[in-house]
Amino acid sequence: MTRTPLRPLARILRAREEGDNPDAIERENLRRRHEAMRDKLRLRAEGRLLVLSLFFVSAFAMVGLRMGHLAASEPSEPRSASAGHFIATQRADILDRNGRILATNLLTHSLYAQPPQMIDKARAARELVAIFPDLDEQRLLRQFSGERKFIWIKRKISPEQMQQVHDIGDPGLMFGPREMRLYPNGRLAAHVLGGAGFGREGVHSAEIVGVAGVEKTFDEFLRDPANAGAPLQLSIDLTIQSAARPVLWGGMKLMNAKAASMVLMDAHTGEVISLVSLPDFDPNKRPAPPTSGQASDSPLFNHAVQGVYELGSTFKSFTAAQALEDGLAQVDTLIDTKGPLVWGRYKIRDSHRMPPKMSLADMIVKSSNVGSARVAQEIGAERQKDFLRNLGLLEPSPIELVEARSVRPLFPSNWSEISAMTISYGHGVSVSPLHLAAAYATLLNGGRKVSPTILRTARAEPGPRVLSPEVSIAMRGILRDVVRHGTATMGEVPGYNVAGKTGTADKPNPVGGYYEDRVISTFASAFPAENPRYVLVVTLDEPEETSGLEPRRTAGWTAVPVAAEIIRRTAPLLGLRPAIEPDLVNAVSLTSN
Amino acid sequence: MTEMVHGTIPVRGGEPVLPRWWRTIDRWSLACVLILFGIGLLLGLAASPPLAERNGLAPFHYVERQAIFGGAALIAIVLTSMMTPGLVRRLGVLGFLAAFAALALLPVLGTDFGKGAVRWYSLGFASLQPSEFLKPGFIVLAAWLMAANQEVAGPPGRFYSFVIMVIIVTFLAFQPDFGQSALILFAWGVMFFVGGAPINILIALATLVVFAGSFAYNNSEHFARRIDGFLRPEVDPNTQIGFATNAIQEGGFFGVGVGEGQVKWSLPDAHTDFIIAVAAEEYGLVLVLTIIALYATIVLRSLFRLIRERDPFIRLAGTGLACTFGVQAMINMGVAVRLLPAKGMTLPFVSYGGSSLIAAGITVGMLLAFTRTRPQGQIGDILINRGR
Repeated sequence: MTRTPLRPLARILRAREEGDNPDAIERENLRRRHEAMRDKLRLRAEGRLLVLSLFFVSAFAMVGLRMGHLAASEPSEPRSASAGHFIATQRADILDRNGRILATNLLTHSLYAQPPQMIDKARAARELVAIFPDLDEQRLLRQFSGERKFIWIKRKISPEQMQQVHDIGDPGLMFGPREMRLYPNGRLAAHVLGGAGFGREGVHSAEIVGVAGVEKTFDEFLRDPANAGAPLQLSIDLTIQSAARPVLWGGMKLMNAKAASMVLMDAHTGEVISLVSLPDFDPNKRPAPPTSGQASDSPLFNHAVQGVYELGSTFKSFTAAQALEDGLAQVDTLIDTKGPLVWGRYKIRDSHRMPPKMSLADMIVKSSNVGSARVAQEIGAERQKDFLRNLGLLEPSPIELVEARSVRPLFPSNWSEISAMTISYGHGVSVSPLHLAAAYATLLNGGRKVSPTILRTARAEPGPRVLSPEVSIAMRGILRDVVRHGTATMGEVPGYNVAGKTGTADKPNPVGGYYEDRVISTFASAFPAENPRYVLVVTLDEPEETSGLEPRRTAGWTAVPVAAEIIRRTAPLLGLRPAIEPDLVNAVSLTSN
Repeated sequence: MTEMVHGTIPVRGGEPVLPRWWRTIDRWSLACVLILFGIGLLLGLAASPPLAERNGLAPFHYVERQAIFGGAALIAIVLTSMMTPGLVRRLGVLGFLAAFAALALLPVLGTDFGKGAVRWYSLGFASLQPSEFLKPGFIVLAAWLMAANQEVAGPPGRFYSFVIMVIIVTFLAFQPDFGQSALILFAWGVMFFVGGAPINILIALATLVVFAGSFAYNNSEHFARRIDGFLRPEVDPNTQIGFATNAIQEGGFFGVGVGEGQVKWSLPDAHTDFIIAVAAEEYGLVLVLTIIALYATIVLRSLFRLIRERDPFIRLAGTGLACTFGVQAMINMGVAVRLLPAKGMTLPFVSYGGSSLIAAGITVGMLLAFTRTRPQGQIGDILINRGR
C-alpha cells in the first residue's frame, strides 16, 4: 500500500513560494487519509453487517424449522399435564396352600363417554339403557347434554356388553382397558380375601387397591412391581374351605343361629387352614359397609376374627391346665364343687346338680363352674392373668388380616379375685374364636406357643414353651373324656378321636346384665386326641335347637354336632388316617378285599 | 433592520419535530414492536391466570400490570426514538453509570425473591433488574469508545470497552446470571466485529470464550446442571423443557384452541421464559412463525439500515442494540425447542415482566433513534471525489 506523504515536498515548496501556509496542505492530507480510513472501515463494516444479517436469518430460520418439525410430530404419549400419573396395573395373584387361585386379574373394559363427540345423544342413552338396565335414561341424557366432557358410564363391562355398545355405533362412546380383580371361588374365603376396589383411575388403566382382608394387609406387596408377579400363597386350603362352608351354613340354619364361624388351625404351626364366617358375601361384588345398625349384623363382619365374645366354659381348660402346670392339683385331685359358691354378694352356681366333690378331670368333663372358680381362687388373679397373656388371649391376634389389628380382647382393668373366679369359666374376658383356637393349639400341641398366621409358612422353629409336655398330654386326656362321656358326646367322630370343650355363654345385654335366652355356643376341639394336629373352633351366635319339647341352646346340642360333621368331612381331606380301634371290627375293614 | 424583522414569522430551524420523526423513523420496525406487544398481551391472557391463581390474585391481574408497563414502555420508545444520536449517547452513558452503580450495590440492597440469585431490587409495587437497563447503556458506551478509537490519534477505546465489559461480566457471573453476562459478551463481540476487528484477534477471543465457558462449567454447579440437562439425549418429560416440547407438539399447526392449553398449569415460568410454548400450544405453529417473523423483521431491517450508516458510533451502537434484541428472542425460543441449553431469558415485549418490558422499550427506542433516515453525506462524497 502506497501512502501519500502528509507533507509532499514539491507542494510545500510551491506553497512557500506563493506565500501560503504549508500547514493547510498537511491538514488537508490528514483529512483525506482519515476519510480513506473511514471508508475502508465502513466497507468492512458493511460486509460484516451482511454476515450478521445472514447469521440472524439462518438462526431465526432454524428456530422456525425446528418449531415446525416439533409441531408436525405427534406427541410421544398422550398424557395429562400433572406429574406422577403413572398407575401400576399389575397386581399379584393370591393362591391357596396347594397353589389354586383365590384371586387373580381379568382384563375387561371400562365404558366412558365424551359428549362433544357424540352424534345422537338420545339414541345412545336409550340403547345404553337397553344393554345396562340399571342405568337411568333420563340421567344419562342429562349428563350427555351437560357441560361435562367426560363421563364414566361403567367401570367394568363384559366382552358381550362391549360388542353391544360397539354396535350402537356412536363415536362418543369409548372403551378403556381395565383390569379387574376376580375371585373365581366367589363366597369361599370371602372374609379372608376381603376384596379390592379401584384407586386412582385413568382412561387407560386403573389402580386396584385392596379394601379388606389379606388384599389390604398385603396391598403394598401385591402391587410391588419388584416382586415380578410372584403370587401370595395363603395357608387356606380351598378344598377344606369348600367342604366346611356348606356344613357350617347348614348347621347355622338347622340351629336357627344368627351367625356362625369356624376356624381350623394347624396345631403346631398356627397356619389357618380354613376360616369361615357366616353370613358372608361375594368379594366380586363386595357390599357397601352398613351405615346403620350394628356392624356385627353386616355380612362384611368377620365373626371369627372381629367378633369378641365371652366364650364361656371353654376357658375352664385353661384353669385346669394352669392348676396342673403350677402343681396345685393333679388330674385326680378332688375339688370342692358344692354350690352355690358365695363370694361377697356374688353367688356362683352350676347349671344343674353336681356331686359335692369331683376330681379335676371330672370338673372339666361335667363343666362345673363352682369347681373352676375354687381352682381359680387357688391360682390367684395375678398368675391367671399372666397365664392367659402367655396364651395370647389378652393381645390383638397377630394374624395378617387388617380386621384383626383393631380387635382387642376385652378384660377387666382391675383383675380382682371375683374377676379371676368368673374368668376361670369364661365370663369377664372376651376374645375372638381365632384367639381361642390359637390358645387351644398351644394347650394341646405339647405346650408350645402358637401364633396364628394366614400365610403358608415353612416355619420350623416352635414358639416359646408355655406348658410342660406332661400337662399338655394330661389335658388331651381330659378333653378326650369330655367328648367320650361328658358334655360333648355328640362330637364323637368314628375313626378320629376328637377332644374338646364346650362353652355356652349368655350373651351380654347392651343395656346391662345378660340375656336369659341368647347364648354364644362354642366347641373348641382338637383331633386326633392322641397327638392333636388340628384345632377346630366352631361358634354359633344365638342358636336354638328346637327338635325337643323346649329349645335347647347348650353347645353340646348346637355347636358340637356341627363341629363333628365338619371334622367327619374334612379330616380325610386333611390326609388323616382313621384310627382303627381293634374292638370295633366292623368300623373299618383291614383287609383290602 | 428592526422594522424589517418586526412582525415576521420566526424562522424555524428545520421542519417540525413530529412530522420529521414520522418521516424518518423506521415505521415497519415500530409496527412490528407494537404487534409483538399486542401478542404479548394476548398470550398473557392465557399464560398468567395460573400464576395469578397461585398467588391468590384476580385472574387477569398480571395482564393489567403488563398493559400498564406496556404503556410506559411505549412512551419510552417514542421519547427515546425522538432524541438525536448525540443526546442518546449522553443519556445512555449516564444511564450506564447509574445502572452500573445499582448492579454493584445489588449484594447489599438486592433481593433474590427466593430464586437463588440476587438480581432484583424490590420496589414494593414492582421489581427492578438493573442488568436489564445496564445492557443498552453499556452498548452505547462501548460504541462511543470504539468509534473514538477510529479517530486519528483517538483514545484506545476498544481496549477500554473490553476492560469495562470484563468487569460487568464478572459482576453478573457472580450473581450468578450467566444469561445476561452472555448477552453483554455477545453485544460487545458483535460491535467489535463490525467495528473492524482484525480476524486473528477474533479467533483469540473465541478461544477465550470457550475457556471461560469450560471454567464456568467446572466451577459452577448452577451452570453445569443446565448444560448437562441439555446434553442428555432423551428429554425427561417432567422438566420444564419436557413440558414445553410436549406443548409444542400438542399444539400442532393451528393450536388446540384459545384457553384450551394445559402447559401453563404445569410450567412455573409459563408467563416469562416459556411463553412461546403457551403460544405454540394454544395458537399453533402459525403464531410462532408470526412471532419469529416479527423479530426477524425488526433485526434485519435495522441491520440493513445500519449498512448505509456512515457515522461509526451510530453504526456500532445500532448494531449492538439490534443484535442483542434479536439474540435474546432467538435464545428464548431456541431453549423452548431445545436448540440451546436452558437459560432464563425473557422474550422481549412478549414475556411478562415490568422492568424487562421498559428496558426493552428503551433498547428499541434507542435502536429506532439510530436507524432514523438521515443525510449520509453522499453529496459530500461526490464533491470530494470530483475535487480530487
